[in-house]
Amino acid sequence: MSNFPRRRARRLAVIALSAALVTAGCGAERADESSAPKTSEKQFPVTVTPPAGEPLTIEKRPERIVSLSASNTETLFAVGAGEQVVAVDDQSTYPAEAPKTKLSGLTPNVEAIADYDPDLVVLSDDADDIVASLKQLKRQVLLVPAAKTLDDVYAGIELIGAATGHADEGKDLAARTKGDIEKLASDAPKLKQPLTYYHELDTTLYSATSKTFIGQVYGLFGLSNIADPADKDSGGYPQLSNESILKANPDLIFLGDTKCCQQSADTVAKRPGWANLKAVKDGNVVALDDDLASRWGPRVVDLARSVSDAVDKATSS
Amino acid sequence: MPATSHGTAKPAVAPTRLRPAVLVVAVLGLVAVVSVSTLLGAANLGWTRVVAEVWAQITGGRSPLSATEAAIVWEIRLPRVILAGLVGAALAMAGAAFQGVFRNPLADPFLLGAAAGAGMAATIVVVAAPSVTGWIIGPLPLAAFAGAIGGVTLTWLLGRSAGGGTAVLLLAGVAVASFLTAIQTFVQQLNTDTIKQVYSWMLGGLNTTGWREVLVTLPYITLAGAVLCLCARLLDVLAVGDDEAASLGINPGRVRIVVLLAASLATAAAVAVSGLIGFVGIVVPHAVRLLAGASYRVVVPLSLLGGAMFLIVADHIARTAFAPAEVPIGVITAFTGAPFFLLVMRMNRGQIR
Repeated sequence: MSNFPRRRARRLAVIALSAALVTAGCGAERADESSAPKTSEKQFPVTVTPPAGEPLTIEKRPERIVSLSASNTETLFAVGAGEQVVAVDDQSTYPAEAPKTKLSGLTPNVEAIADYDPDLVVLSDDADDIVASLKQLKRQVLLVPAAKTLDDVYAGIELIGAATGHADEGKDLAARTKGDIEKLASDAPKLKQPLTYYHELDTTLYSATSKTFIGQVYGLFGLSNIADPADKDSGGYPQLSNESILKANPDLIFLGDTKCCQQSADTVAKRPGWANLKAVKDGNVVALDDDLASRWGPRVVDLARSVSDAVDKATSS
Repeated sequence: MPATSHGTAKPAVAPTRLRPAVLVVAVLGLVAVVSVSTLLGAANLGWTRVVAEVWAQITGGRSPLSATEAAIVWEIRLPRVILAGLVGAALAMAGAAFQGVFRNPLADPFLLGAAAGAGMAATIVVVAAPSVTGWIIGPLPLAAFAGAIGGVTLTWLLGRSAGGGTAVLLLAGVAVASFLTAIQTFVQQLNTDTIKQVYSWMLGGLNTTGWREVLVTLPYITLAGAVLCLCARLLDVLAVGDDEAASLGINPGRVRIVVLLAASLATAAAVAVSGLIGFVGIVVPHAVRLLAGASYRVVVPLSLLGGAMFLIVADHIARTAFAPAEVPIGVITAFTGAPFFLLVMRMNRGQIR
């Protein structure tokens, strides 16, 4: 079954290659134009150094990429490597054109991955020693772990760009992402008394502290996190006591469980005791897209924009 | 602990009826635990101010608490304390009943496929219909309830078709539990995006409960409690042996069905609102046996009260020990229950039956 698409992909690859050769051949005088594909051939071999792990030398432009993490899938498509991606895992819901499969990044199956004949596997977790297994099958593996800081996001974008033959786009995108976020942050109103917020991960009141990646995004806007005192085990994701949320009475409530658990400003207002909360009364319960709030791809700008809008609204009223 | 103070004579003179004094002590203990647990909590309101609030509610006076603080006391803390009591009572009396029915000290409410059935049904609901809202009680607790009852029924039918008897029934329970758990794991594996929701329910906890959960579980647990207390004498007879019970004109099979149904109903109601909280069903009845006597006329009602106290205390620790963070209540029940149980066992060497 997988034979047919593979053959077709190979044919496409041949066409793409000859096209690339042609453009390279007759495009010599237009070398400083910034549109990208033509540069990809001369980028290889390329050596990239993932944040965790040894330098990886990629000999040829990868044409059969398998991505096993939703964030990395988003980055791959955003840097323009989408056409080289043959399969993404079952969590990769964005962008819509990503070739979603049943592959799992949480419990990866090395044979199922190998079945796609990948020349580069991009993942964020070395679950079940999958990296070693893939290397045994002579597959190149790029491990881009979950971002801990915004700088990790920018570095990850550049890294994935460089590894896939889109170094310029990667740098561009990283710079643009950084610029957008910094602009949003600098445009944010400066408050004498910081607004407090609660970021909800699920309906059992798990939250994320300001040390976590998402917490740092809020930190850009000078918000103060009510989950911080609860983080005794410093894991970054404590479960808050219902009482303590009411007691803290945050100015803003961000819901990261709108898709998983159908939460909304309405459902929050209906929770026992929550109707009196400042955030509920002032209409400052913000429904986030679960995916945006849990990934660290280039769409982090959209997340920052949601936060920025919420802060504007809360301070102007 | 000198061995002479108890031991030899105790089993013979152990009370077969619940003495009023013991009952009064237990009820007073429960009232004390409920009061303290309501006065203190994760939100540090100051217990004197909470007392003043309660007084204001009774007399219609002015309360020192703000609207939010009052909501913490009345809409979050008090229902949670009461629900913890209900769940603890349900699990402990169900444990006592299961031990009586199977004449097996290790029997607990989750033995006959109740937990596995609840877990499987909850998983399937989370995966299949996550978007149902606006029910009086969410689809997940309902499914857990049905799953628990279904698991026990399946065990019962299987056990009976294989010839009946307690040993066969227990084995059928083991088989049903592993079968249902396998289905649950498989469904989870196919739907990793919802895995977190399922796990956080299974870990158990009362963090986000309110009066609605209290009202939903109260009728079932009350009914089951009444049935079990009324059946306590029959369980005592059953403990002597099936033949002896039959010669006294009691149908052992029918008693078992009634008691199992009532205990499963209590378990299912508890599981539906609190998830899987282990250890209560084993520790509390045994502690009661060791402290107050082994007759089921003592064990069932005291387990009910003791289980309520135990879980209220455990939940109190869960919400205050690391406040404002929560600790999973299952961790607390095992962490405080196990040493306490060992202590009671040591004080009463050789009396576990």
